[in-house]
Amino acid sequence: MKNIKFLLLGIFFAIVLSKVQAISWYRFYEMFRFESFHMFGIIGGAVVVSAIIMQLFKSEKIKDINGNKITPKQKQKGYIRTLVGGTFFGLGWGVSGACAAPVFVILGFKWLPALIILLGALIGTLIYGLVSKKLPN
Amino acid sequence: MDFILEPWAWYVGGPLIALTLFLYFYFGQNFGASTNFETLCTMVGAGKVSDYFKKDWKERDFAMLFVIGLIIGGFISSNFLIPNQTIDLNPKTIQELTDLGFTNVSNQYFPDEIFSNEAIFSLKGFLILILSGVCIGFGTRYAGGCTSGHAITGLSSFQLPSLLAVIGFFIGGIIAVWFIIPILF
Repeated sequence: MKNIKFLLLGIFFAIVLSKVQAISWYRFYEMFRFESFHMFGIIGGAVVVSAIIMQLFKSEKIKDINGNKITPKQKQKGYIRTLVGGTFFGLGWGVSGACAAPVFVILGFKWLPALIILLGALIGTLIYGLVSKKLPN
Repeated sequence: MDFILEPWAWYVGGPLIALTLFLYFYFGQNFGASTNFETLCTMVGAGKVSDYFKKDWKERDFAMLFVIGLIIGGFISSNFLIPNQTIDLNPKTIQELTDLGFTNVSNQYFPDEIFSNEAIFSLKGFLILILSGVCIGFGTRYAGGCTSGHAITGLSSFQLPSLLAVIGFFIGGIIAVWFIIPILF
């Protein structure tokens, strides 16, 4: 089980998100109302520290466990895809207070509502899979 | 032990999230969470209805273990690490939500008005959760990522699509809390 480290990393990440309240519906409500610095501080801090890490990856000062260069996947380009897709995601996130990683963490807090959100997310993913070729980029 | 049981400050969160990203990449994989929705669809047989899901989910077994870890971590946190779910919200936020009819604001992570059994077993409450989920699933796949993949991995590696996606996240989130929540409650 060489991938057991990902299980442990998942546990760690969930504890971090839980302890800094980055899974709380109220924290996201407050963020989208611009009434608190808390979530901006967390996400901003994560981005700044990650940007430094990315530079270390890029300059190959740090390589992965197998000695390979680390390059983050290039995201698909397209104005409509990112803006419209992002807006849909933001609507769901703002109303339910759940995003993609926290929804699994919330399963450990409030399993039934989180399961309904997750079921919805799988239906949404399925809809995307069915219509993806017809959507504008 | 006090440090473990008290809420952690915002400036602890950012670096620890970055540490998670670092380890994820160091272990040889691309950090993100929403691709897991696709993998779960593939696992339950969505490949039968769309070629989009015809993938070998075993190639993403590491990610499924990460997801299981998230659930276990959530369970551990809720049962052992957070004896007090009080949130130090802006008094203005508390007042707004109270005016909308929310009770017990900031005394717990999840409001009863959306997460209690009473709410989820009502048609309105069920629809709120499931349709939010549909938006989350569809939106992340169309945009190509979520908070982890776009806002953190994408922005920190200076990718333009991620900046656009994050702008989209905020357009949607702002519409949700300024317009939809006041209509729903």
